[in-house]
Amino acid sequence: MRTIAVAAALAVSSCGARRAPPGNSELRPVGQTELRAVAEFETIRDRAERSRALFGEVARVLTHPRCINCHPSGDVPHQRMTMELHDPPVVRGPADAGVPGMECSSCHQDRNQELTRVPGAPNWHLAPIEMAWVGKSISAICHQLKDPARNGGKTLAQLVEHNGHDTLVAWAWAPGADREPAPGTQAQFGALTAAWVETGAECPEDQP
Amino acid sequence: MKIKINGVEKTVDVDPEMPLLWVIRDVLGLTGTKYGCGEALCGSCTVHLDGKAVRSCVTPVRRADGHAVTTIEGLSPDGSHPLQQAWVELRTPQCGYCQAGQIMAAAALLAVTPKPTDAEIDRSMAGNLCRCGTYTRIRAAVKKAAGVPDDGGGT
Repeated sequence: MRTIAVAAALAVSSCGARRAPPGNSELRPVGQTELRAVAEFETIRDRAERSRALFGEVARVLTHPRCINCHPSGDVPHQRMTMELHDPPVVRGPADAGVPGMECSSCHQDRNQELTRVPGAPNWHLAPIEMAWVGKSISAICHQLKDPARNGGKTLAQLVEHNGHDTLVAWAWAPGADREPAPGTQAQFGALTAAWVETGAECPEDQP
Repeated sequence: MKIKINGVEKTVDVDPEMPLLWVIRDVLGLTGTKYGCGEALCGSCTVHLDGKAVRSCVTPVRRADGHAVTTIEGLSPDGSHPLQQAWVELRTPQCGYCQAGQIMAAAALLAVTPKPTDAEIDRSMAGNLCRCGTYTRIRAAVKKAAGVPDDGGGT
């Protein structure tokens, strides 16, 4: 009887672990501005589970408004922490950079503008529609990121390089004015992406 | 810095971060371009940088160094640009403050899309505000300049 009870408890426990936010139940609680280091995930013994947990951490950056605001599922970028639609009412246009008269570069410069607060970075533009993330689950975004047809034609190695070094991605940690940056640093984000890829680039499944 | 403004090369000795609008109005004395909001939200300061619309209130002058800027004064030598003619014929402006920006945005559109649809006009002009509410006349004037029939429809 005791054996059955223990087995049942284990079953419930392991089921619960699978359902918890990806592998994070064993991880140190962190504030929203901080990213966990790769080393903190080594406590997760199972490689695939560790990979899913690493993606959960990567996704904290991907779904931060500084990042996801320019991965809209429609034709209009979002802005601010509330993810409201961009004002002025710009649209993505044929090359994801606006339309004549209302191009991204009509207002956004190659760097943040201190006095007017207009954010900027080189090649300011929207992610193409196939790279849209808004409204999607972490799992869906993960599968999307691994698909060259929906990640800008990147290999996983190129994705690691992109996340770690791309200058437009870098803006998320230096957004200017009073904007909240993405959590952690771009170096951490790159390292987490690399560790996710090295552990098999596993994707968390959607929560029921 | 050297800026070709309305076809004439000018040398300006200013802070590279100075907004292009200040240089245009206060240094070069071209006051047709208007200061509206100062935050790229209204479009009244729209000029062309190498033919593309930019909001000069948030564009640092360093971006124009070595490039060509066109303001409302340089759109045509004598006010004969089809948009300017259509604007006059349809008596488009009311107070007029935003209209230089409206025309420059419309000119940037027509340069790329000579026969725009209503939707294309609306998308390109959506960020140029007019507090008098002359939007329907603006759209009609853009269509007139483009030679597109205007059935007066839409809102």
